[in-house]
Amino acid sequence: MSSHSTEKFRTWALAPLILGLIGLCLFPFFARAYLVEVVMMYFIYIILAQSYRLIVTVHDWQLYHIVLYGVGAYTSGMLAKNFGIPVFMAIPLGGAMASLMGMAITTPLLRTKGWGFYIATYGLAELIRLSWLKFRNPFGGSTGIIDIPWPPVIAGIDFSDGIPYYFFSLGVMLFALYLLYRIEKSHIGDSFKAISMDPDLAASTGINIPRHRLLACAIGGFFAGIAGGLLVHRLGAVDPKLFNIVTMLYLLIWVVVGGTNTFWGPIIGVSVMHTLFELSRPLIEVRPLFFGLSMVLALIFMPGGIEGLISKAVVRWQRRNFMPTVDT
Amino acid sequence: MSILETKGLSKYFGGLAALSNINLTIQEGEIRGIIGPNGAGKTTLFNVISGVYRPTSGQIFYMKGKRIDGLASSRIAAMGLVRTFQRTALYLDFTVLKNVTVARHLHNRENILRVFAGSVKKMQAENVAKALEIVEFMGLGDLKNELATNLPHGHQRALGVAIALACEPKVLLLDEPLTGMTPTEKANMIDLIRKVHQQGITILMVEHDMRSVMELCHYISVLDFGTLLVEGAPAEIQNDEAVINAYLGTEDIVSMGRSD
Repeated sequence: MSSHSTEKFRTWALAPLILGLIGLCLFPFFARAYLVEVVMMYFIYIILAQSYRLIVTVHDWQLYHIVLYGVGAYTSGMLAKNFGIPVFMAIPLGGAMASLMGMAITTPLLRTKGWGFYIATYGLAELIRLSWLKFRNPFGGSTGIIDIPWPPVIAGIDFSDGIPYYFFSLGVMLFALYLLYRIEKSHIGDSFKAISMDPDLAASTGINIPRHRLLACAIGGFFAGIAGGLLVHRLGAVDPKLFNIVTMLYLLIWVVVGGTNTFWGPIIGVSVMHTLFELSRPLIEVRPLFFGLSMVLALIFMPGGIEGLISKAVVRWQRRNFMPTVDT
Repeated sequence: MSILETKGLSKYFGGLAALSNINLTIQEGEIRGIIGPNGAGKTTLFNVISGVYRPTSGQIFYMKGKRIDGLASSRIAAMGLVRTFQRTALYLDFTVLKNVTVARHLHNRENILRVFAGSVKKMQAENVAKALEIVEFMGLGDLKNELATNLPHGHQRALGVAIALACEPKVLLLDEPLTGMTPTEKANMIDLIRKVHQQGITILMVEHDMRSVMELCHYISVLDFGTLLVEGAPAEIQNDEAVINAYLGTEDIVSMGRSD
């Protein structure tokens, strides 16, 4: 009964999306260089949060995602620096490495699920992170790696400059979101959700649960690695502190506060929470307190996250405007 | 020809024998009823056959003697041996149609590269069409866009069967398909089970509603305390002394069916 009005609503909802995109394209030409750098981080974080959500749709909440982001950063940086591999090739290779590491971590843990899995992923992730700290050669220990090559000049455009790299990251983010959206709408995406809703039922219809959990973690890890590659070639340096458990907690906060039920949740989560993060720089002392509280409050009062609240409001608004018929 | 056979099948939970030495032979194309008092091991039997539990000892043979004991449930489902659940197992946040479409997993040739390349539209359309056919077959056509969580109990149970049918089973294990239903819903479900059977699907069902079991099943196996008490045609089971004793001691088993 609502398919027609939903269709109408969808075309209507496309407008702010396109406007937002145009805004993002114009933004760097009017903003200060510092703000361009800040917004670039949003792109990286959105890839990170969105890839994390994919893994969460299989119900595998985990604590290694930030370390996979680090694996991408280290791999891409070291390939470019030590082996002279072009930056734009090193980034996807970093993604592939993160994907492999993700599978390597997940495979022995496939017998665990829920809380057990959650905690165990932390242990294995720390193992990787501590090895970056311990082994000065080749990882540079606590000071990490510096002098990582900048992206090259292609067709007269110097990608080591702020604005070209901004558009490069924007493009990578949009492409990553497009691919992840494809999965969201595919049968594979539905199978992931089926597993998280009722694993016994899913298995009884022939869905191979371990294989799907691995697949989700491989795809999620790949995009986390891509995000790491984007980061490292902008910073020109990388060190283990960037990928510690505190950063992981921020990722969790984005995803939980944003909501994981739909594709848009993590994007909203990063947009809102990272903005608050940037704005609260003067309050740096109490910031962790505030963010911890925000996660607790979100879990208690809006289990669907901000996105959940918005979709509730939209449904109500839709009912009023597109379905004037009497309720049955 | 036997399609499913168990030989000396046992399942122990610690020291408790939930199933001991069960020998069953299910013929292709029959409707077999499994009955027995609460705690007799009926659901455990289903769980062992469908791969949820690994048997403690014994073998399960399926389709020309292939051994399936100890295989993962998803592998067993892929071979065409599909079960439903005693609890109402659905994807509550999916629509009716989506519940069935996602259960078309075994007939979906999608892989991640195809998803990325965007070449799955046609496959999806085929699956949705087949799912819709099943939804309509189960009499849920009008409700296809409704969320599963909003359905009345009878329709939810029918959807549970629709999900199993989406796997295109050769053998269907129904675990108490009539639980908690009104008489109308029951009559409806019995018709549906008959229709499913007419499609050439062998059915193995656990059910407490005696009248329906006697009406539907060609052959009945009675479990009690994890052992196979007796087997026979409905008429034989109704008058079997051991069965009557297992249930009530003395009262006529058929009158239980009449009382509800």
